[in-house]
Amino acid sequence: MNRMLVRLALVPLCFCASAALAASDPVTPAQPATALKAGVLSPAMPAPELALAATDGKPLSLARFRGKVVLLAFGFSNCGEVCPITLTTLAGARKKLGPEAGDVQVVYITVDPERDSAAQMKKFLGAFDPSFVGGVGSRAEIDAAQKSYGISSNKITYANGGYTIGHSSSIYMIDRAGRLRAVMPYGRSSDDFAHDLKILLRS
Amino acid sequence: MSKRRRWLLAALPALALLAWAGFAPIEVPSRDALFEIPNGTYARRRAGDLVDILPSKITLTLGVDDVLLLRNLDDVPQQFGPTILMPGQSFRLPFEVASENRFDCTAHSSGQMIVVVEPEPVWPWQKMRWRARRWLGS
Repeated sequence: MNRMLVRLALVPLCFCASAALAASDPVTPAQPATALKAGVLSPAMPAPELALAATDGKPLSLARFRGKVVLLAFGFSNCGEVCPITLTTLAGARKKLGPEAGDVQVVYITVDPERDSAAQMKKFLGAFDPSFVGGVGSRAEIDAAQKSYGISSNKITYANGGYTIGHSSSIYMIDRAGRLRAVMPYGRSSDDFAHDLKILLRS
Repeated sequence: MSKRRRWLLAALPALALLAWAGFAPIEVPSRDALFEIPNGTYARRRAGDLVDILPSKITLTLGVDDVLLLRNLDDVPQQFGPTILMPGQSFRLPFEVASENRFDCTAHSSGQMIVVVEPEPVWPWQKMRWRARRWLGS
């Protein structure tokens, strides 16, 4: 009788274990195919407008690129690590898009107006992709652009008098209508960007 | 019934619970981990109130609750990382890699929020740990 009781009690245990082994992955709702890999702002609001000079000799405003998806980031031409990685990633994402890349505009704004002239930024960005447009201006103009996007930067001075700049490194994704739709954290792959750009280009 | 068998029978529910906690699939209604910045946060800060409204450290789990959803219910913009959240706006950030992320956050008295993303719980002890954390509410 006792042996029977033990066996009966083992039934639920075995049932639990076998059922769980059969489906051991977490049962969670799948992300929809239209979900961006970037952080999404909802509701999307108009992206803060820029009032700078562009490296192509024209004024830099987002209105210029209405109808295109804009990838907006901040950096500087003497950056040795973060900016080259970001720009290589963005150039790679454009290549993955093929003909659709024409509808994507990368805008890169300096956080180092003391050293970054329009010519300097143009040369720097052109090494990654000649279609990239840089934004330059006075310290006050750059500060205003940084503030409107919540960009922080701090100057780190070396013993030899030189300096570098630590800065926010996320990439802002602005849709064809000029709305700030998403923010991609630093370090994501060109595949992630291409994935999101395809969605934004078709929405 | 021998004493040994009585002990065995008494232990069976606990064993069954452990088996369930370690092997049963984790089911959640949504992958979003929602955190709200309540209305009046900025006013409280200005008044010198340093009470943290959001936890300073948030732990997410890949494949289970790996999407951070922040909602700004305050009447002024709040900054989270490089993102300015306007009043009424939300920010939905999915994570795909286990990592530790530090964000500047104006809703915190420390000015910082840490988001720890843990690997997907596949092995029994990982599922037990996830469930234990959920039950303990941390």
